[in-house]
Amino acid sequence: MLPTPCTSHVSFDTIYEPSEDSYLFLDTLASPSESAWLTQRFNATSSSPNQSTASPLVVELGTGSGVVLGFVAANSQVIFGRRDILPLGIDVNRNACIATRETANKAIKERQTDNESEANCQKTVYLSSVMADLGSSLRPGSVDVLMFNPPYVPSEDLPRLPSVTEQDVDESGMSRSAKFERDSYFLSLTYAGGRDGMETTDRLLEEIPGLLAPGRGVAYVLFCAQNRPQEVKERIRAWGDGWQAATVGNSGQQAGWEKLVIVRIWKETA
Amino acid sequence: MKLITANFLTCAVKGCKASPASFPLHFRDAELELQELDFQPDFIRNIVPRIDWHALQIMANELGFPKILDKKPEGDELKDEQILKELHRLLLETHINEGKLTCGNCGHEYLIKEGIANFLLPSHLV
Repeated sequence: MLPTPCTSHVSFDTIYEPSEDSYLFLDTLASPSESAWLTQRFNATSSSPNQSTASPLVVELGTGSGVVLGFVAANSQVIFGRRDILPLGIDVNRNACIATRETANKAIKERQTDNESEANCQKTVYLSSVMADLGSSLRPGSVDVLMFNPPYVPSEDLPRLPSVTEQDVDESGMSRSAKFERDSYFLSLTYAGGRDGMETTDRLLEEIPGLLAPGRGVAYVLFCAQNRPQEVKERIRAWGDGWQAATVGNSGQQAGWEKLVIVRIWKETA
Repeated sequence: MKLITANFLTCAVKGCKASPASFPLHFRDAELELQELDFQPDFIRNIVPRIDWHALQIMANELGFPKILDKKPEGDELKDEQILKELHRLLLETHINEGKLTCGNCGHEYLIKEGIANFLLPSHLV
């Protein structure tokens, strides 16, 4: 099993602590079947000098601690068969952006050492972390691999998005209760998904056709049972135009009511 | 934030997406830092096809870098170590720590702090 990136530097006051869903993401992407699929799709050794040799842009939305993106970056050779991927992390939480940058850089350093015996001595380069709502800041058609572990828990209300400036304030002057309130709010953003736990995911699904790179873009989205993933997959297939959705990872029965699945969304070109 | 990141970013305002003026975003008051990184020629060769060359010319110019090639390097130019090294420096080693990115269409400014660009929008623009 490939090692989980270290997140000991992360303060989980406002950031989701890696849990079963995060680990399902790691296991799914590193599974032999999914790695083989991705490696074939992003084949770096293609002999024709076409677009397929271009470095894939790998974006995670809602990175939190950065454990998923850090894992993908550090294990790019296993997952994509190439190290020249371009990992970009997006989160509405400034702390999560900073944490992810560190998690990814540490994980790459840890896994990709100057080992002469390795066939590939290239190193993956973590691009940046950006604060944004879902894919709003990304150029249309630019994303090759999109990953989203959403706030999927059904909740009465959907928490509002943070305002532009509220994360610029200095925490040190905050009262204990004010800090507690603020921390609870930011944590609620990591799990509370509103109606059916789908309000944020639905917004993301709408963005997918515009965000993914024509020809090779693919998205991975996590769902819990209450999100009704079977219906979601049907909905995606109904987009027509070759859109596909398939379950490529699941947490099995032991997780009880919170059974989790990861769905791959892509377009089959004729 | 590595300079190459801006190659993938655009204005977060919905109405700007369709406007050519919303890309590239324009750096203002940028505080740059050079962070050394191992030079990997093959890596740069595979990044070049991803780069919008015209946008990179504009950004390099706005950040005060020497003029880059008029055209995206191709063929033998991609074997020229000097060309690749300059791109490596510009795209991967150049970090923007503080400053702003502004939209050429709506004029909105996105602040960059500690290398993190903030694309959250005020409520009246969402």
